Amino acid sequence: MDSAGEVVNDGKITLEGFTVAARAFADKWKRHNLSFPPWSWVPLINRTMLKKEEGYLSLEKIIILSSLEGSAEEESLDVTADWSEKEESVDLTVLVQNVEDEAHYYDYHIVYSASYMVPMLYFRGYSSDGKPLSLDVIKRDLPSSSVSLLLESKWTFITQEEHPYLNRPWFKLHPCGTEEWIKLLSESSSSDGCQIPVELYLVSWFSVVGQVVGLKIPREMLI
Amino acid sequence: MAANEEAVKYVWEGAIPLQIHLHKSEVASHPAPPPALVLAPRIGYLPLLVSLIKPYFKDSLPPGEDSIWFDYKGVPLKWYIPTGVLFDLLCAEPERPWNLTIHFRGYPSNVLIPCEGEDSAKWNFVNSLKEAAYIINGNCKNVMNMSQSDQEDLWTSVMNGDLDAYTRLLPKLKMGNIEDKFSRKADLSSPKSRQGGTEIDVTEQVVKTARIPVRLYVRSVNKDFENLEDVPEIDTWDEISYLNRPVEFLREKGKCYFTLRDAIESLLPEYSGDRAQTSGEEEADGSQETRGEIKLVRIQGIELKLDIPFSWVVNNLMNPEFYLHISVLVIGPQR
Repeated sequence: MDSAGEVVNDGKITLEGFTVAARAFADKWKRHNLSFPPWSWVPLINRTMLKKEEGYLSLEKIIILSSLEGSAEEESLDVTADWSEKEESVDLTVLVQNVEDEAHYYDYHIVYSASYMVPMLYFRGYSSDGKPLSLDVIKRDLPSSSVSLLLESKWTFITQEEHPYLNRPWFKLHPCGTEEWIKLLSESSSSDGCQIPVELYLVSWFSVVGQVVGLKIPREMLI
Repeated sequence: MAANEEAVKYVWEGAIPLQIHLHKSEVASHPAPPPALVLAPRIGYLPLLVSLIKPYFKDSLPPGEDSIWFDYKGVPLKWYIPTGVLFDLLCAEPERPWNLTIHFRGYPSNVLIPCEGEDSAKWNFVNSLKEAAYIINGNCKNVMNMSQSDQEDLWTSVMNGDLDAYTRLLPKLKMGNIEDKFSRKADLSSPKSRQGGTEIDVTEQVVKTARIPVRLYVRSVNKDFENLEDVPEIDTWDEISYLNRPVEFLREKGKCYFTLRDAIESLLPEYSGDRAQTSGEEEADGSQETRGEIKLVRIQGIELKLDIPFSWVVNNLMNPEFYLHISVLVIGPQR
């Protein structure tokens, strides 16, 4: 079923749908994913575009602690972000485990691709002095399961591209066939074979994509 | 409207005369080398010119490894944008020759994605082609199914500006015909369509919206101007809004053609409406907001009248990767 033309029934989503789905995703995340700061909606307003309803989701300054030898045994990352529950501002106090650990900071943006009609995950990593991390270093921060996924699979890979709005190089995760596995997700999760409601689109999408970069979402968000 | 052979040939032969200066911090010889003069194909890319330019400067370079990049008046140039588009966008008043600076050191990797010469340019081309294919056909199977050697040949034809070779390879690409989706909708309203041999699938008129790959570059200035030479210079890319968004062709009742104006306004709705009205509207809080105005639209170096049918523009002026690149200069809405 096509609710007001937001989610097209072959796993893609419209621009309007993305805006709705983004809000729903950010709300659920805030309620159920308390170990992380909330996502913010960044509207696209600049001198030429007054479209306040267009924008992207941003989650920034996520600290990933990893020992320099790599964390081959760990399935999930030791992720932490020191943030105050009272305020929105993030205080970057680093929890140092031992002298070999180095704090890496990550920013994640979920941006809509009008060409492919699906969301795309952009991310970048940097050290505490602001220097960008190379992809090799970033891969060492990822859970070993996702690194092998990236290396072996033909359906997901990371490339360095210009951020669609920020005029800076970011890394982009390309899950090929996004619309196909979203379709599979919706077919398996609903009894009457209907597609995913727009409010759950990004939750479903992120439940897969987030894992590649080591971000898991709690089950409660999927309801 | 089908592509006009002569128009496409004109586009492929378009070139920008460049005068390339070595950045003064990299001049290690005395006297400094004179600038290199190069004719750059509009549909080509700057990294493809390096083999022509480097011989001029190799004796003047300091020791070390090359990481090549270009700038125009201090603005680092995005190497993956076709040269002609860079020129149309960054030079309001066309500068001939176009004076650029080449650097062999100090790549600004905080602002420019890395470039490994021709390979990067090729990767960018194939990726854009896949994206365009996805927009036009709903999938990129046609590109994926092309053999490696055919893909190579297609890229080579673009690198060499060889339109004949490119045209011979097009049937192997099997890109959907953009024109069909336009003309079908137009034909269905004309009495002629009921005669003649061509079969038109009537159900098509209900279902499909054509999607056209477009890359829109919008440069906004604050004040109106009389002459293009009065337009201030660009300082950073942040002054340009980039929209990589397909135009959806919708046929409205009573309209024969979807014009270039219709296409641009669908991407920039804040510039639609009565263009003659540039005076402000009262906002609720009493402040006045002036509507923006489109001053100039350039495609392949041509300043186009906005009433031209969009299908003609697409079929004749698109780049080899099937993208239509549109540079727009606007007077931004005042706030």
